[in-house]
Amino acid sequence: MTSVILQQPTEAKAARKTNRGFIHGLITNKKAMTGMAIMLVFIVMALAAPVLFPGDPSRITGMASLEPDGEHWLGTTAKGQDVLALTIYGARSSLLVGLTVGFASTFVGILVGLASAYFGKFIDEALSLLTNVFLLLPGLPLLVILAAFLPPGLGTVILVLTVTGWAGSARVLRSQALSIRSKDFVAAAVVSGERAGRIMFREILPNMASIVMGTLLACVIYGIGAQAGLEFLGLGDVSTVSWGNNLFWAGNEGALLTGSWWVFIPSGLCIALVAFALALINYAVDEVTNPRLRKIRKPANTERSAAQ
Amino acid sequence: MRFILRRLGFYLIAFWASITLNFLLPRFMPGDPVSRMFARSQDRMQPEQLEALRKLLGVDNRPIWEQYAGYLQNVLTGQMGVSITRFPTPVTEVISSQIGWTLLLGGTALVIAAVVGNLLGILAAWRRGGAIDSALPPVLVFIGSFPYFWLAMGALYLFGVVLGWFPIRHAFTDGLEPAFTTEFIGDVGAHLVLPALTIVLVSIGGWMLGMRNTMIATNSEDYITMAEAKGLRPGRIMLRYAARNAMLPSVTSFGMGLGFVVGGALLTEVVFAYPGVGYQLLNAVQGLDYPLMQGLFLTITAAVLLANFLVDILYVRLDPRVRSN
Repeated sequence: MTSVILQQPTEAKAARKTNRGFIHGLITNKKAMTGMAIMLVFIVMALAAPVLFPGDPSRITGMASLEPDGEHWLGTTAKGQDVLALTIYGARSSLLVGLTVGFASTFVGILVGLASAYFGKFIDEALSLLTNVFLLLPGLPLLVILAAFLPPGLGTVILVLTVTGWAGSARVLRSQALSIRSKDFVAAAVVSGERAGRIMFREILPNMASIVMGTLLACVIYGIGAQAGLEFLGLGDVSTVSWGNNLFWAGNEGALLTGSWWVFIPSGLCIALVAFALALINYAVDEVTNPRLRKIRKPANTERSAAQ
Repeated sequence: MRFILRRLGFYLIAFWASITLNFLLPRFMPGDPVSRMFARSQDRMQPEQLEALRKLLGVDNRPIWEQYAGYLQNVLTGQMGVSITRFPTPVTEVISSQIGWTLLLGGTALVIAAVVGNLLGILAAWRRGGAIDSALPPVLVFIGSFPYFWLAMGALYLFGVVLGWFPIRHAFTDGLEPAFTTEFIGDVGAHLVLPALTIVLVSIGGWMLGMRNTMIATNSEDYITMAEAKGLRPGRIMLRYAARNAMLPSVTSFGMGLGFVVGGALLTEVVFAYPGVGYQLLNAVQGLDYPLMQGLFLTITAAVLLANFLVDILYVRLDPRVRSN
């Protein structure tokens, strides 16, 4: 028992040390900083939307299909709405849904993954089967079918995206949790009679923080992209202002066929920038935690490339 | 053999789950789909049709287990009812007339993206820090960040509307008779370029990065050093020693990608009005054509499961570790 008691503080200290190294690694990582800067701009934009553009963003403020000029910086839609206002307000719904879906599906993934790895045996078999079935069911068609049967609304969009999005994270988190499950300090916790929930969330979970973070980022990217896709197909909540709905209306009003590219570009670019920023942070997390992917200065490799 | 049987069992369970999902969805969702459909197409629908629909969607008074047994029997014998939007064509006929286009579009895009992406990944990992390795990944990740449909619409606008290089909708020119002539095949090819290109563009980054990261791990294996020590040509080491062993994850992705072929091309098909199953699925949803919707979903699922099963069989061939277990 003494060895167990002695072991725990060192484990904890080691974890804290790697955590600090992790954060330091992220701050000094160029990719991570670029990604976080872009995200910050969008979050500020979403929060400041009512200050920048007071009133309903989808009200008609000018002539139809105006090109960008001094008054309407990004022009107007075929209905005469200000594109800049729609784009900035769109960030609110898109980020909200993206983050909610991201957190919800990561949360479900953590629950399923940890329970699978910790309990093992029958529970693992059953949960893995469920996860694999959901992974295999074609996502987009399932999304469309679910959205068609459920009543339209923001809640439906979030629910549907979470239902189709959790399985990937569950699989990744399960395999990571399995490898931690077999470590000595978990066995020690089991022997010392800690409750299952405590072992899962206080012993195993903190040791897979970086994987959880990567999964969360991937889920948010998925959420934002899938919401836009669903709304573009007209299956979202058409009454809200979001990037996907902006593009749906742009398509519906034939913005491209009439050459109004300014209606179509901003929302798509925003989705891409957010997804790109999150992907950058994700790669940075990967690089910081996986030494193999870091910039290499190994002599063997430089020799090889010199030989070629 | 045991591995294959176990996988087969898994796919059967997955298929059963999707059938059951299909069965449960219309029965437990708020609102009555038949009434919604009836309100839309009052004059076109006959009372007996309505009755058949009620049975299919479970708005009848039989006990639920009896309904379930009947539904399973219908699906397994290929009776998926009659399409509403394309009345009186049976659902199976609508689907079989369109799945070919989806397979053509998705298959072409998948093969091109996988081959080119993997080759780029191999090269990037082999010359780490070289031009391909440092320049391409950020660009591809950035392109991959764009929503599919947005990129597709952009390409449609630029190359279809402004420049007029490629046709902007459908799989072949209206009025052309499908036949095995050079004219028709050329026409189909021209219609295929834009949709396939957009899919390749957004998916190639994933292939490349996946292959690159596996290759980097493989490159540090001892047998690579051994091969170098033996003085083999670098090209041979790269392809026959490193890439060959780094291929396995890509094979799995290829199976998943095959699933994407049938289901994921939905957005692309919608943008280009390409007459595949995805486009039809959206039409069915918009037209509240529940029988067609369910038939399409089941077909897509069955295709995905089948593709993955085939990849599993291939895996047994490729990876001896699977066989010995």
